[in-house]
Amino acid sequence: MRLVARTRMAFLSLFRRGSASMHLDDELQYHLERQIDENISAGMSAEHARQAALRQFGNPALLRDEALSTWTGVWLDSLFRDIRHVTRALVHAPGFTSIAVFIIALGIGANVALFTLVHRVLLNPLPYPEPDKLVSIYEHEPAQSSEHGYMPIDAGSFYEWQRASQGVADMALVSPFQGYSVSAEGGKLPEKIEAGMCSWNFFSVLGVNPALGRTFGPSDDSPSSEATVILSNAFWQRRYAGEPSVLGRRIWLDAKPYTVIGIMPESFVYSGAFGGNTVQVWTPIAHEFPPALMTTFEDHEAIGIARLRPGITLQALVSRLQAVQKEIKTGHPGPAVHTSVIGRSMLDDAVQDYKTPLYALLAATGCVLLIASMNVASLLVARIASRRKELAIRVALGGGWLRIMRERILESLLLSVAGGAFGLLLAGAAIQWLVKTRHDMNRIEAIHIGAVEIGFVVLAVLATALFAGLISAFSSKIKDVLDGLQDSSRTLASSRARAGLRRTLLVLEVSLTVVLLVGSGLLLKSYQRLRSTDVGVPIDNVLTLHFGLPEARYKTPVQRIAFFESVLSQVRAMPGVQSAGLVSAAPGQGYGGDDLVTVVEHPTLPKGTGLDLQIRGADPGYFSAIHLPIIRGRVFTSDERLDRANVVIISQKAAEMCFPGEDPIGRHIKITVDGRVGEVIGIVGDTRWNITQPIMGQMYWPILGNDWVNVALIVRSSSNVSAFAMPIQKVIGSLDPDLPVSGVGTIRESIAKATIDSQFDSLLILAFAVIALVLAAAGLYGVLTYLVTQRTSEIGIRIALGARREQLLGTVLFDGLRPALIGLLLGLGASALAVRLIRSMLYQTEPFDPVVFASVAALLLLVATLACMIPAWRASHLDPIRALRTE
Amino acid sequence: MGKPSDLVQGTLDLLILKTLLLEPLHGWAIAKRIQQLSREVLQVQQGSLYPALHRLEHQGWIKARWAESETGRQAKFYALTTAGRSQLEKETANWNRLSTAINLVVGEA
Repeated sequence: MRLVARTRMAFLSLFRRGSASMHLDDELQYHLERQIDENISAGMSAEHARQAALRQFGNPALLRDEALSTWTGVWLDSLFRDIRHVTRALVHAPGFTSIAVFIIALGIGANVALFTLVHRVLLNPLPYPEPDKLVSIYEHEPAQSSEHGYMPIDAGSFYEWQRASQGVADMALVSPFQGYSVSAEGGKLPEKIEAGMCSWNFFSVLGVNPALGRTFGPSDDSPSSEATVILSNAFWQRRYAGEPSVLGRRIWLDAKPYTVIGIMPESFVYSGAFGGNTVQVWTPIAHEFPPALMTTFEDHEAIGIARLRPGITLQALVSRLQAVQKEIKTGHPGPAVHTSVIGRSMLDDAVQDYKTPLYALLAATGCVLLIASMNVASLLVARIASRRKELAIRVALGGGWLRIMRERILESLLLSVAGGAFGLLLAGAAIQWLVKTRHDMNRIEAIHIGAVEIGFVVLAVLATALFAGLISAFSSKIKDVLDGLQDSSRTLASSRARAGLRRTLLVLEVSLTVVLLVGSGLLLKSYQRLRSTDVGVPIDNVLTLHFGLPEARYKTPVQRIAFFESVLSQVRAMPGVQSAGLVSAAPGQGYGGDDLVTVVEHPTLPKGTGLDLQIRGADPGYFSAIHLPIIRGRVFTSDERLDRANVVIISQKAAEMCFPGEDPIGRHIKITVDGRVGEVIGIVGDTRWNITQPIMGQMYWPILGNDWVNVALIVRSSSNVSAFAMPIQKVIGSLDPDLPVSGVGTIRESIAKATIDSQFDSLLILAFAVIALVLAAAGLYGVLTYLVTQRTSEIGIRIALGARREQLLGTVLFDGLRPALIGLLLGLGASALAVRLIRSMLYQTEPFDPVVFASVAALLLLVATLACMIPAWRASHLDPIRALRTE
Repeated sequence: MGKPSDLVQGTLDLLILKTLLLEPLHGWAIAKRIQQLSREVLQVQQGSLYPALHRLEHQGWIKARWAESETGRQAKFYALTTAGRSQLEKETANWNRLSTAINLVVGEA
């Protein structure tokens, strides 16, 4: 009740001001009349009574004001008045306002976009119940310090671990990098899809339920059970239009029938370091993997996940598994059996690759926002300086100092709110663009602007407003303001002090800019290095298309080879095609598998060691088609196939690894796993499987044999090779209408994809650095112009007294360049510390690259000089007569 | 009429609320009533009375209504609200505690 009454009163005093004041006057008038009446009845004359009453009453206007001031909501009223006042002032300075709003919008927009990214990708919990209990388990080879040490695991070890971890954790096995060909059905095209094979308890360990149907049970997860499949929501919507009747139906994967038993909800996604977020269907692993693969310790095709029981730490689980793995290694000392176990939280597993770049970008946008608010603060200080007389008069007339402070802060708050609103729009657009360009990124699907992000915007707006507002408010102390009244235009002390504050801000701005420039310079250089890295073959005008022959339909090697050859002959016959070839994995298009080998002629290596070579299958025409240089020996002949496919071509790097200082031709290589032996017949050039990774030794076996089913067709033409994509797909379709073709693209495109991270990071940070540079230059220009305007008469006098113009130019220029120079030195120092943090993002580039540091220094000095040149030149060309008259 | 005693700081609210406990009154009558009840010791100045009345009204302790006064003229009558009643009880208890304490100290000396 009381609240209602109070609100009503506040409302009345705010919006019914007129009638409320009238009532107050009536009330006071009534009191006065009663007093007069009383005085008359006490025996005074009417005139006397009236005067006595008024005397006793005091000043009616003051009384009225005092009563008014007790009304609630009055402070709000004066706030509204201030807002109106400030808004009017801002509207009257559209240039200043729009520049300030634009600067803030840029700063806040970039920050919100990056914050959203960091928050949603790195910090937001995974979409499972109790996600902090979920961990990913890998194997690790301490001696073989590969990239990050998290290596896929073998199914044999996994099941040993699962037994050992009972009561401590629930473990599931998943192989998220598999694939199927879905057959054409009911007018739908055949297609290749990504698939995940998992142990039956995968979904229950994650704690997710299907949207329709059921998940796997133990009876689905064995070689003898009926084939079952669970569809992802996206695949269900896309291929089956969200039709519930697909449940229980059969679909054909790799030409074999599978019963659809469940459909996952839209929210379900699994993201790990080895992929998973693009998986379209899930199948039970024991049914899909050959039995040998389910028990081996030597073939690493999966990842372990575990849900820790309450009170169990990741460390405890790993050390328990470590003990098991040690026993396994003792019992199976083979070279491919890993020695240790390593684990990390599932969230870290999903986002590890993005952590450093995203935090680096966030730091960069933070710098931009800081520079932006410094610039706005500097603009506000300049604005105050030009309004000193006005302020001084207001203070002299009794305007409260707090009131004037409040106005300053309100001013910057209004600017920040407008900037924040535009910034939010900018961020929204940026995020949409990002989700579109970076769908390769794990967890990108989780990105959206939500309540937390809006909260961040509000915080950013408030921080910017306070920062800029307080600096401008404190820049003019009350004493200085009153001095303004005594100032003649020739006294410069206080305006100089104010410029000093702006100079300090400038030094900070410049140093932050230098840090950003150095960072972006290093990343750009690293990107250039990456782009110019040679994949090993000319990459222009080479088209690749991938297809895999389902073993259910192409049962014998002869059938497969016949298909390969008819594709090759038809494609080679197409007009405009220069050459074509088949390979299991084209350069720059993926790892393609590796095997440990030994040289037959060499003494047996100690157990547990071997030479690791990437394995490739190729047809005789591949080497000339891809323009891979043949260094020694020859390539395959067309009759080296099937039973006679026991020849091998090795890359230069492989030759150095396996045959140091001897001639490999005629020697024999043996693959450890299956005991295959091949005679080395030639040496070819090295190719890279990924542009960002070091070269590995490679061996090529004839693809017309050796059980290859998944192949890449590579086609070279003299120009516009992409135009052949459709006709070639038609050729394949005419040979087998059920065979999906995937991964159609040029090698140049695959390489661009591999460098997208580097391109993305370096270009974004470059953009932020350029923004910072422009802001810093504008800041320099602004401060110097202001100083010159302040000193117009002084300069006029100097010129009149005979100062040389060059000398003046030098003085003013140096005045402006000094903060830039100090900032540059500070910035270079700060960069030296900051670049360590982005070391992991650099490719063949040292953090202390002298060229980058030197060019940043040169660029900054150049821009600073240009920014200072204009006001300096203007000052040195002042007409002394006019300058002296401006007073 | 001697020199008006200053009201103890903050007690004016209590006095006003207490005066209004019996019946709604207008400002003039409130001042007169306080003066009479205190045997002319407490003189409430308009300069403090009206700001106090308006403050209490905005706080929701009292509510106002325009009505015809005993002189036949329209006057603003203030009345106690339910919230005001409990506020009065609170302030009375406070005052009792305070005056007892002061009496103890002064009586001791």
